[in-house]
Amino acid sequence: MPAPIRLRELIRTIRTARTQAEEREMIQKECAAIRSSFREEDNTYRCRNVAKLLYMHMLGYPAHFGQLECLKLIASQKFTDKRIGYLGAMLLLDERQDVHLLMTNCIKNDLNHSTQYVQGLALCTLGCMGSSEMCRDLAGEVEKLLKTSNSYLRKKAALCAVHVIRKVPELMEMFLPATKNLLSEKNHGVLHTSVVLLTEMCERSPDMLAHFRKLVPQLVRILKNLIMSGYSPEHDVSGISDPFLQVRILRLLRILGKSDDDSSEAMNDILAQVATNTETSKNVGNAILYETVLTIMDIKSESGLRVLAINILGRFLLNNDKNIRYVALTSLLKTVQTDHNAVQRHRSTIVDCLKDLDVSIKRRAMELSFALVNGNNIRGMMKELLYFLDSCDPEFKADCASGVFLAAEKYGTDSLTSLHVTAVLSCVLAGSYVRDDSVPNLIQLITNSVEMHAYTVQRLYKALLDDISQQPLVQVASWCIGEYGDLLVSGQCEEEEPIQDEVLDVLEGLLVSNLSTPVTRGYALTAIMKLSTRFSSVNRIKKVVSIYGSSIDVELQQRAVEYNALFKKYDHMRANPNPNIAVITIHASNSTEAEMTDFVFQAAVPKTFQLQLLSPSSNVVPALNQGTVTQVIRVLNPQKQQLRMRIKLTYTHKGSPVQDLAEVNNFPPQSWQ
Amino acid sequence: MIKAILIFNNHGKPRLSKFYEHYTEDTEQQIIRETFHLVSKRDENVCNFLEGGMLIGGSDYKLIYRHYATLYFVFCVDSSESELGILDLIQVFVETLDKCFENVCELDLIFHVDKVHNILAEMVMGGMVLETNMNEIITQVDAQNKMEKSEVTSVLA
Repeated sequence: MPAPIRLRELIRTIRTARTQAEEREMIQKECAAIRSSFREEDNTYRCRNVAKLLYMHMLGYPAHFGQLECLKLIASQKFTDKRIGYLGAMLLLDERQDVHLLMTNCIKNDLNHSTQYVQGLALCTLGCMGSSEMCRDLAGEVEKLLKTSNSYLRKKAALCAVHVIRKVPELMEMFLPATKNLLSEKNHGVLHTSVVLLTEMCERSPDMLAHFRKLVPQLVRILKNLIMSGYSPEHDVSGISDPFLQVRILRLLRILGKSDDDSSEAMNDILAQVATNTETSKNVGNAILYETVLTIMDIKSESGLRVLAINILGRFLLNNDKNIRYVALTSLLKTVQTDHNAVQRHRSTIVDCLKDLDVSIKRRAMELSFALVNGNNIRGMMKELLYFLDSCDPEFKADCASGVFLAAEKYGTDSLTSLHVTAVLSCVLAGSYVRDDSVPNLIQLITNSVEMHAYTVQRLYKALLDDISQQPLVQVASWCIGEYGDLLVSGQCEEEEPIQDEVLDVLEGLLVSNLSTPVTRGYALTAIMKLSTRFSSVNRIKKVVSIYGSSIDVELQQRAVEYNALFKKYDHMRANPNPNIAVITIHASNSTEAEMTDFVFQAAVPKTFQLQLLSPSSNVVPALNQGTVTQVIRVLNPQKQQLRMRIKLTYTHKGSPVQDLAEVNNFPPQSWQ
Repeated sequence: MIKAILIFNNHGKPRLSKFYEHYTEDTEQQIIRETFHLVSKRDENVCNFLEGGMLIGGSDYKLIYRHYATLYFVFCVDSSESELGILDLIQVFVETLDKCFENVCELDLIFHVDKVHNILAEMVMGGMVLETNMNEIITQVDAQNKMEKSEVTSVLA
């Protein structure tokens, strides 16, 4: 059998493929060749074949048949084999496959290998993908290596230990002795990973946290040396000495100083020093400054330091670099609960960020803006947020609408009703992003803002014409049309208003649409019914309602049947011309010098009649004939008898109550014949 | 913790994919595609941070990326990593590759993806940052490469 082709060759071949199908063919051919080569148990070319397999795996092709081969490579004596074998294991294997346990013995041997790079490979693989069983078996070896003087191995052992602790938390205690002099290391790699290990232990266990608090002075010293040491070519990154280590230490200090006065005090000075002395012209400096700010905000720092921190964030917000602005917004979000007033000072800058072109910055600014809304700034903020809701990308609409709605609910007051309603409308119009249970709240809100009824129903109607798929929107819109339909067609709106039949078309459309839920259909049917008292096309409505009397949906059926009954038995209640109903309007005027207050008109009719008194226009009759009070009386007279009425007037005139009784018998015959 | 490190080109072709958490092969490919989709939409002058896609873990995870010529370097991290720090780390990674390959270009990554893995293994281990000193990393990588060469008939590539 010819020697398997080199990896380079394979890559070159695959790159010549012009179509996906061609590539697949080449891959399949090579896979077949690799499989036969594996079957021959050829040691020489195994690592070449596995390397090719890994390449194909990266492109997305299945490579699981190489798993066992990786194990064989790991067991080989050659470094080249082991290197590819371990890489393959990390890429192809995970703890869900049983084969991975076969690695345990190899790793154990390699952890004790004479060559540090082999030990390194073993540590790396264990630290990446070691299962809980493997970690349990090999923790002892890792702990041993944590104490070695070889810095290359020590740093790897530290990270491996982190992985072991994550997989088997009970083993954490075991590593405690080894941590004793980790921080005395000179090697920065070891220092770095040691700090990571200490951080992990502190985060997992309050006891460890308490135990490691005594390290604060040492950490402060290390940090100080890094800042003050001057130029060190070995660790320099853009003019700063090992910024990565500085950031790590700052993070650990944060954890140690949180809720602990003594530790916080011990780190106060160094934090102030870092905050004021760090060079901010490069990203590395800003990374350190950012971490410092977060630490200051999290520990029990003095107020002067906190103000310094927030001001640094404020400066970040104005930085040209978008990354800096982004992290500033992120940190402000974290501190807005605890230092609300300080963050409020930067509100206008934050609101400006809503207009940034960058999606990530916009999102952060939006979250922060919602956190900053309070009773004092609701008006201004709401304007900005509504503008944002209107113009933002669809991916934001959901969260923005929720936020606006919550803010309006929490801080909206009576004097801000129109703003409130606009806010809420915008949310609803933003789509189905408003929760279903907020529909009754919205309706309540709309009811209360009387002056906005016409505007509201018009906007909602227009929205319905565009889209009937969003249920909350449809429900609120149907309810409004039913309630304020007369305003919709009456000419009160500036724009072209629909005619009655068009409105009924829309509502009927909702009833039959597949997109409408049963709840929505209920709303639509009720709305149509309500319109029977506002519109003149009663017969059409009657027809629609009677159809649904036999609907499969029980809720709908019940409604329709009840509405049908209304049509039949209580039709006399309608405002429509009905020969049995006499409509009488009374006008009360007052020619005396003093006004009449608490004016109440009452009437009684004989038994065969039914009387309905609608609300009067007012209960104050102005003096000197300056105005009248009107009231409508509807009298049902099915037997067409002569109409007689006894009336009683009560009012207060010049401070004293007055009562007047009278009988009216001279109604014109047309009113009752 | 770093969840994944991905390198792909302007057309979405993967040049390196390293996952520090377990996903099935299909999911891995989906993540690569989704990440490419998210990152390629980005303008040139926006910030280098993106909320991660749904597949890779949702709200706690961010994508931190840098675009160099024809390649995207994307690190998917959770909130325990400093965003600005990771940006610096990507820079160190690229500079290291540059030193190791002498003016690295996409072709180098294509034909020597195993070497890139070896370099990365000296920088990030188990999703955590291992070593950030470029010279230290290069020294160790060179030593290991020498070991390979010294073994009789290197039949790898």
